Amino acid sequence: MTFLRLYIRSPSAVFGIILLVLVLTAALTADYFFPGDPLALAGRPLVWPFESLTLPLGTDNLGRDIAAQIFHGARISLLIGFAATSVAIAIGIVIGAIAGYYGGWTDDVLMRVTEAFQILPNFLLLLIIITVFGSTLPCVTAAIGAVSWPAVARLTRAEFLTFRTRDFVQSCRTIGLGDIKIIFGEILPNALPPVIVYASVIMAVAILLESALAFLNLSDPNVSSWGNLIGQGRAVLRVRWYVSAIPGFAILLTVLAVSLVGQGLNDALNPRLRGR
Amino acid sequence: MLIVLVGLFVLLQFAPGDAVDALVAQMGGGDATMIDDLRRHYGLDLPIAVRLASYVWHLVRLDLGFSVIYGKPVAEVILERLPVTLLLMTSALSLAFGAGMVLGILAARWVNRWPDTLISTLGLVFYATPSFWFGLMGIVVFAVKLAWLPPGGYEEIGAEYTGIWRVLDITRHLMLPTATLSLIFLAIYFRIMRASMLEVLTLDFVRSARAKGLNQFAVVTRHVLRNALLPMVTLIGLQAGTMLGGSVVVESVFALPGLGRLAYEAVVQRDLNTLLGITFVSALLVITVNLVVDLLYVQLDPRIGSSS
Repeated sequence: MTFLRLYIRSPSAVFGIILLVLVLTAALTADYFFPGDPLALAGRPLVWPFESLTLPLGTDNLGRDIAAQIFHGARISLLIGFAATSVAIAIGIVIGAIAGYYGGWTDDVLMRVTEAFQILPNFLLLLIIITVFGSTLPCVTAAIGAVSWPAVARLTRAEFLTFRTRDFVQSCRTIGLGDIKIIFGEILPNALPPVIVYASVIMAVAILLESALAFLNLSDPNVSSWGNLIGQGRAVLRVRWYVSAIPGFAILLTVLAVSLVGQGLNDALNPRLRGR
Repeated sequence: MLIVLVGLFVLLQFAPGDAVDALVAQMGGGDATMIDDLRRHYGLDLPIAVRLASYVWHLVRLDLGFSVIYGKPVAEVILERLPVTLLLMTSALSLAFGAGMVLGILAARWVNRWPDTLISTLGLVFYATPSFWFGLMGIVVFAVKLAWLPPGGYEEIGAEYTGIWRVLDITRHLMLPTATLSLIFLAIYFRIMRASMLEVLTLDFVRSARAKGLNQFAVVTRHVLRNALLPMVTLIGLQAGTMLGGSVVVESVFALPGLGRLAYEAVVQRDLNTLLGITFVSALLVITVNLVVDLLYVQLDPRIGSSS
């Protein structure tokens, strides 16, 4: 409860939650308001927004309903954002925990691998992975997760380094708990809060990465994604700029919501900032 | 570095289709014997281990191999494209660093009052804006509606400007891409600068400087800024890779003939040699930037150099 009170103290964090709930609602009600395939033809191509009652946001250059694509796109963006973040957090935690807990040469080897990932521009690495494994939805998600984990690994490692010599860990060793149990059962819960806060950053970046890929036509073309729609609209940008403008605005709002919530969590969880 | 390349090389061997497939598709198909001949000509039929060994051996001599698609050595293709990307990155970085610094100082000066709130909100929005979308909207507003700036390209083709006119022409073309690429970094630099200014402002030596009778401006520029800049400089090194990645998207939006666009084309055309070469060059670039950052560190804070 105190946590909740701390969280709602900040107006921007509350605004973030409201935005996030709106986007979630859009994602969940997509099938109710816009049943059927969002990529099916809905009317004449290039209807301006607010011109027609059945097509509130107009249609794109193929005559597909933009509002339907926005609602269904919310689903894809959140899904990819969430799944890719989980992948990145999982890889990062395992590698960071092992490196931080064991130290020595294990640490050296794992950190060299992490650095190898960090010196490559992540978008370039993403392009390469997509080239190799194809651009279906699961592939894109896994690829985004696979390029986002190094920061999590470093964060987890730093946390583990401070915890592994603490008394409670020593006592666990004394009573004969196995390494795995100590790492995941005892230390990890303590090391988790900063990682969870960082997850919001990863999720925001993951949504942006996916939309950039889709914009370049390198993501899955068979799903209704905001980035795909922007890429479509690019062809008619000069006269029908709204086709690109609307989905871009949706991305902006979603990423804004995720980062505001992350900031709110950070302020509420970080004891040093309390009372400021 | 070597691990990265060997890993990528092995990874790329699993890629479906190779450059010969793309080449044949461009020619509109060909018969099976010709395809086999082509593969043999480019050495694509040898076992992976042999090709890997020969690739690494060439790499040691700074030979990045041959691009089948462009019909030129990869190093040459990359060198042609590199200046555009470097120019774009430097200008975007300067803009993000400079504007982020000034905004951060302003926000820290009036912390929790309306200028701070306004700038901070703007920073959050910038952070959440997809760069390619901002670029497209920039094209709509400044190139289509207002017709102030060109919508894309690196310079006017066929105009053949020389000297100062060419520089001006390129500047005009790079204005929108620079703003687009720097947007998200501006937001990050602003946040770090604000936080770091606030932290340094509470330190003792700032109070001493004030007690000495220095005015606000002198305190900020001479004493606070120098210390607050350290985390900003760290960030340059950390963000170098991200910026290179961002230039892939921005260069595609504005049709700039740079490294990022080359990477995109290489992916689409399955030109694996070029893709590997670009990765190699970008990794080198990131390492170089980090080296420069480390040197800058010593300049900014003499305590860092002396301890080692």
